[in-house]
Amino acid sequence: MNDVLVIGGGIAAFCAALAARRAGASVQLVDSAPRHLLGGNARHSRNLRLVHDAPSPLFPGRYTVEEFLTDLRRVSGGHMDEDLARLMAERSRELPDWLQAQGVRFQPTGDGMLPWSCKTAFFLGGGRAMINALARTAEDLGVEILHDTKVLDVRLRAGDHHHLPACREGSSLTLSARTVVICSGGYQANPEALSRTWGIDAAAFLVRGSPHVRGEILLSLLAQGAAPAGVPGACHLVAVNAMAPAADGGIVTRVDGMPWGLVVDRDGRRFQDEGAEITPRRYSFWGRRVARLPGARAHLILDATGLRRAPPSIYPTHRADTLEALARTLALNPAILRDTVDRYHAALRPDGPEDGHTEGLEPPKTRRALPLTTPPFHAWTMAPGITFTCHGLKVDARARIMTVDGRPCDGLHAAGMIMAPTVLGTGYVAGAALTVGAVFGRIAGEEAARRVLTLRPEGEKCLN
Amino acid sequence: MPELSPPDSSTTLAEARRVMNLCNVCSYCTGYCAVFHASERRPDLTRDDLHYLANLCHNCRACWYACQYAPPHEFAINVPATLARVRHDSYRRYAWPRAFAALLARSGPATLMVSLVATLLIPLLTLILVPWDTLFAVHREAGAFYAVIPWGVMTTVALITLGTSVLALGIGVARFWRDIGRGAPPASSWWRALPRAAADLLTLRNLDGGGGGCNDVDGRFTQWRRGFHHALFYGFLLCLASTTVAAGYHHFLALEAPYPFFSLPVLLGTAGGVGMMAGTAGLVWVKRRGDPAPTAAETLPADYALLGLLFAVAATGLVLLALRETAAMGLLLALHLGTVLGFFLLVPYSKFVHGAYRGAALLRRAMEQHHGPGTGITAKE
Repeated sequence: MNDVLVIGGGIAAFCAALAARRAGASVQLVDSAPRHLLGGNARHSRNLRLVHDAPSPLFPGRYTVEEFLTDLRRVSGGHMDEDLARLMAERSRELPDWLQAQGVRFQPTGDGMLPWSCKTAFFLGGGRAMINALARTAEDLGVEILHDTKVLDVRLRAGDHHHLPACREGSSLTLSARTVVICSGGYQANPEALSRTWGIDAAAFLVRGSPHVRGEILLSLLAQGAAPAGVPGACHLVAVNAMAPAADGGIVTRVDGMPWGLVVDRDGRRFQDEGAEITPRRYSFWGRRVARLPGARAHLILDATGLRRAPPSIYPTHRADTLEALARTLALNPAILRDTVDRYHAALRPDGPEDGHTEGLEPPKTRRALPLTTPPFHAWTMAPGITFTCHGLKVDARARIMTVDGRPCDGLHAAGMIMAPTVLGTGYVAGAALTVGAVFGRIAGEEAARRVLTLRPEGEKCLN
Repeated sequence: MPELSPPDSSTTLAEARRVMNLCNVCSYCTGYCAVFHASERRPDLTRDDLHYLANLCHNCRACWYACQYAPPHEFAINVPATLARVRHDSYRRYAWPRAFAALLARSGPATLMVSLVATLLIPLLTLILVPWDTLFAVHREAGAFYAVIPWGVMTTVALITLGTSVLALGIGVARFWRDIGRGAPPASSWWRALPRAAADLLTLRNLDGGGGGCNDVDGRFTQWRRGFHHALFYGFLLCLASTTVAAGYHHFLALEAPYPFFSLPVLLGTAGGVGMMAGTAGLVWVKRRGDPAPTAAETLPADYALLGLLFAVAATGLVLLALRETAAMGLLLALHLGTVLGFFLLVPYSKFVHGAYRGAALLRRAMEQHHGPGTGITAKE
């Protein structure tokens, strides 16, 4: 029997496994994904939000615990656990050194190739390189890693002997361990679970990360009486190209450039000021807007001038010489699209500090209101891309899973996106999800190891 | 001018355009090497842009293991193999005269054939033209080598072949240089960028994977390839230095080869030869053990052929040194000069060209960097 069983394959799982192994525990890590999808959503990640008191090669400036907490409070919708958020912010300070000791490399900001950020540090090569490094170190230290292995259920109970039913390559097996750390994420790749909140349109969501994050264990634990955090069905959404794969599209499928054109719904009508949001929050802003449309689809319409100004995309545009022809390729009513564009043109006031705006149009366009007159005309169809869900388990400061009656479950820990809503609530700031995973992964691993090692006979020493 | 490139070159370029466009949108790999930032600054990814990027790529393969879109992902991004194919394509495109581009199209067999013919031709001619009692005598006197093959013949053949080859390569690189500067981002003057480009070339900074080395064999980061390439490159330079010093001895000091073991030319040549042998053997070892997934297999024969030829040049030189006071000297000298002749002929028509194009690409990159970091960076959420 292993001391610690870690369920999951993302940053939280590997931080838990490494922390427990380095504390001297024997560790088995099981991931439901095949080898090439190891890493969960962290495979597609890039940067990590960290408190730091002085500039370093990883970031300029400083970022205090209080600033981190202020940023989290602003987005978390009132669901943030102050104590745990503070614990995370405090312990995020140690992460660069600790992760580098596990073989992770960061990209120094001095090379001039990174977006300017004093709040986040960037993994050299991105999240997959980070996961590769953690997995390699874990293997070198003797963590047993099982890919393609799905734990079917976990009973919500304290105890020192856990026997979990699992499935591997079509055959069933039982995994036994003294403590369990669950890092299996939310349920963003589970449209049935999402449809309880989102209805039929949940089926129209594209999954940006791993298709294996279905959240069965999370949902089962909640049904068994684990204390919930966050809000059912709440999730992080981004506008992605509708041609993107059903899952695993990652960062490159995002649609950008809305201020350079017009965005219409499936009827061909505008529904949103395209110039309203130009900060990095624009991706999730549009994700939420598109998700609430009937059919959960929208089209960004650009003329040749707008396309030249829009950022590059990996997808070709739908393209036609007239707006009417473009409407037909998009299955829109040509007369309605023509009417939408004509009314926009009639309201244009091309002068002003932000490349023009509209007057007397509802909704208005407050920036970059340029005429759509230069053929050929182009369109990208947008869909909501789901990144993660904001509904999970409540844990305590030792990453133990809490029950609805307020008791922690000894021997049953959770880390990563499965418990992130305890800290992040229903919000998100760049890099914070990885920080939750890394900090609580470490805490869970250390606590799990500490617990089993106190049960163990004296004389066995820690591994360093 | 008619296109001499084979029909698949447009497919190669289209795939490279698709791949690098995705890289420009993603931009996670900008810390590994110069390719990704340079690519972001050339969003149109024309043929010239792709030839430039391909020659900037040192094939360190770090981006392959880091890539969230590598196969079996449906985007099937494989930057190292894709750019290796474009690189291969660019050698052919810039070959001068164009008729000789065919030698680079199937560079492995062509290099092997030309080397073998040259290597065997000189001993054969020596056997026919040099009286055997001279050829198989033991020579210990100054000018011993020239007793077998006259100095005038040796230097004339060397100067003509090497001169022509350097000219041909120079024309190819000049045309490459003109093309990669066309429609390019703003750049500083070349002389201001030269120190940086020279440092990049001499240290192979881009084979450092952003500070941890290359994925030479698998996901692990090592400095093997960089180290072996340094051994080969600096070994080669030492051999050049040896030849230059020897020419100086000959012309200015009236000292004729062979020189004593502890003379400068022999010490330089010996160190250089050992470096070249270690470097070539090491590179073959690294390539043979390497993960085939990020490799364009069809480009490997060209690598092996050139490495084999350079190994042969160094090995025959060292054997000649060891046995120069025996009756075998005459034929060994002919054999060594045969390998050298093969190398001289192949300078513009073998994988050897990669150094010249890479140097040009690094200089261009340094010029664009000198001008200040680009604006191609988009803020990430």
